[in-house]
Amino acid sequence: MDLDPLLLSRIQFAFVVSFHIIFPAFTIGLASYIAVLEGLWFKTGNPVYLRLSKMWIKVFAVSFGMGVVSGIVMSFQFGTNWSELSYASANFLGPILSYEVVTAFFLEATFLGVLLFGRSKLPQGGHLLAAIMMAVGTLISSFWILSANSWMQTPAGIEMRDGIVHVVSWMEAIFNPSFGYRFAHMVLAAYLTTAFFVIGVSAWYLLKQRSEQYAKKMFSMTLWLVAILAPMQIFIGDMHGLDTFEHQPAKVAAMEGNWETSRGVPLLLFAIPDSAAETNHFEIGIPRLASLILTHDLDGEVPGLKEWAPEDRPPVGPVFWAFRVMVGIGMAMLGVAMIGLWLRWKGRLYDTPWFKKVCVAMMPAPFIAVLAGWLTTEIGRQPWVLYEIMRTEDALSPSLTGGMALTSLIVFFIVYAVIFVAGGYYISKILGGGPEKEEAETESQGRAARPLSAVDSPFDAVER
Amino acid sequence: MEELNVDLTLVWAAIIAFGVFMYVLMDGFDLGVGILFPFAPDEAARDTMMNTVAPVWDGNQTWLVLGGAGLLGAFPLVYSILLPALYLPILFMLIALIFRGVAFEFRFKAKQSKWLWDISFTGGSMLATFMQGVILGAFIQGFEVEGTRFVGGGFDWLTPFSMLTGFGLMAGYSLIGCSWIILKTKDEVRDWAYARAPLLLALVLLFIALVSLWTPLMREAIATRWFSFPNLLYFAPVPLVTVGLALLMIRAIRLREDGLPFVCSLGLFVLCYTGLAISLWPNVIQPDISLWDAASSPGSQLFLLLGVLFVIPIILGYTTWAYWVFRGKVTRDSVGYH
Repeated sequence: MDLDPLLLSRIQFAFVVSFHIIFPAFTIGLASYIAVLEGLWFKTGNPVYLRLSKMWIKVFAVSFGMGVVSGIVMSFQFGTNWSELSYASANFLGPILSYEVVTAFFLEATFLGVLLFGRSKLPQGGHLLAAIMMAVGTLISSFWILSANSWMQTPAGIEMRDGIVHVVSWMEAIFNPSFGYRFAHMVLAAYLTTAFFVIGVSAWYLLKQRSEQYAKKMFSMTLWLVAILAPMQIFIGDMHGLDTFEHQPAKVAAMEGNWETSRGVPLLLFAIPDSAAETNHFEIGIPRLASLILTHDLDGEVPGLKEWAPEDRPPVGPVFWAFRVMVGIGMAMLGVAMIGLWLRWKGRLYDTPWFKKVCVAMMPAPFIAVLAGWLTTEIGRQPWVLYEIMRTEDALSPSLTGGMALTSLIVFFIVYAVIFVAGGYYISKILGGGPEKEEAETESQGRAARPLSAVDSPFDAVER
Repeated sequence: MEELNVDLTLVWAAIIAFGVFMYVLMDGFDLGVGILFPFAPDEAARDTMMNTVAPVWDGNQTWLVLGGAGLLGAFPLVYSILLPALYLPILFMLIALIFRGVAFEFRFKAKQSKWLWDISFTGGSMLATFMQGVILGAFIQGFEVEGTRFVGGGFDWLTPFSMLTGFGLMAGYSLIGCSWIILKTKDEVRDWAYARAPLLLALVLLFIALVSLWTPLMREAIATRWFSFPNLLYFAPVPLVTVGLALLMIRAIRLREDGLPFVCSLGLFVLCYTGLAISLWPNVIQPDISLWDAASSPGSQLFLLLGVLFVIPIILGYTTWAYWVFRGKVTRDSVGYH
């Protein structure tokens, strides 16, 4: 059997990116959450915040570590497996990725050390500063990465000379047509992911009747957050969809499973797309709704996949289904947020067992939604790696052999499996220990350990 | 008279050389600590050693990413030839860095499996260093290139010379790691490091001598550059200062001046780096692609330069601050967040 370096490289990139995205999706939100907890601790002196922050910092350190190492792999893979793409797009992507390193990576890496190890060596304000810098760093990092990705989806501000990208307007290239929506969509997704993770953990504590003061604090804070963010995300997601419809209509056609260009197109809830027959089986849809959403007109015309030659179409099935999974989970998140508001209004937020169980069950959902969202957008842009400029098959390193690509794929697969299991195990151990395990006293510079403040005593009473 | 024109390509060569150099110095000592790890007297010493680098290793490693991204930004041709040509060594280096990186988090949280993360930390440090040395050796040797593409085989990098530079770099990082431990610890751990330093220095000098002799033998142009007159006079300080630094370091070890061995080992790295630059200049892919052939468009170089010139001083500022926060000796009782 011949090993196809293109296919293997694509699988490898998809695998590494999918593995990687889980961690930023979690740590971007967690960094901000930790900064908020540290800020509240600074402001109120209530040791509940300190203990919560200490526990989540440990979780953050483990997940951030896994995110960093898998991210470094990606940045090198760009050159090892996709050297033609790197060479052709270097005039834009090179500076953008470098800006990410100098404006975000260094900030994160340096202040992570301070955040983890500096508490006893710095005044409280210095430590809070480190937490804020971490949070800012993760957002700056997302800014550059989303700009780079969006530009590959909707290239702007450039001209091609001899197959090489030359930037004519940096503003247009960085703030390319899909950048704003994609950035907002991703950051909100990250915040939602963290929020639902924290909600799940605190619901679990509440169900087990342990760490209750802490659990209630977390539960309440994050349910407020999702009540604001979940509807916002659906709104931003819709705008992002409209932008995609304008710039990458073939992707939208695949998302909708729409083959024929026509008016009054239904929104399909279920279908089994069949690329060979260029049609769907078992369609169930809401009449005219797709036209209404995309064109704001019940009878609006929507282009179908047949507008493009078969070799220019994205694979329909995965895009169609990944999109539905993402939207479905988004709706479920909205549901949880609304039920949370209702229960709070009724005064039964903390004592509705079935709701807590739902919250625990929802923990993995945002991660799946993030993955599904990325699959939708990345598979949906195929066969292009630079949209309508360079095809994926032309991006591959010419010297790459199937054997080398297979070796690295297997190696990454094994390594990631090992660290994922280990990381998951340690995170569950940290969370299993609970926030009470984190001692609340702290040292300030030049002073000996400060005795616990009086506010702390009630919490010692609940310690088991 | 020609108008005064700043050669952006040269500026960029300097920035990337600086980035790679910062990486070698900074990650050098924390990788070195990992290489020396299994030889430590006991488990408590290992904890202390790891705690000397735990707050800073991640920042140190970031210079590697800057080197990679900067290369793509300023010299895309080098990037797109080097990375495919070094596919396997880069793969191994990355795997090693992964295991090493997560070991920092996992080791202190583990009980029964601690030994596994010990292996992961020290094995990762050794393999990553060795592969970086191999990459350096392969870089000095050069690559088979047609037009803008690497056309050689997947194992071209595997030669006796690159094995030599691989082990050489392991010795070098060990030395710098050993002198870092001297600087940052007290009592038994420091005594242990002092006892190892002379041997490591001897090893490093041996490797410097071997690589310095082998490199000119490999390529005539390099030999001509070093040994023709009057170059011989201009470049003679490089080996002479190397010998001087080695003597100074031996004296510092004997007199137990905790800071000086670290400074001397950094100095040795500076000199090796200078020697390398003299040999290879102005080619960035051996044997015949020059810096200017490989440069990205002036617009891109300028766009990135404006940001980098502004941001690098800030980075150096807060990096210095972070080192200052963690200044002083690390002892058995200094606890981290673990």
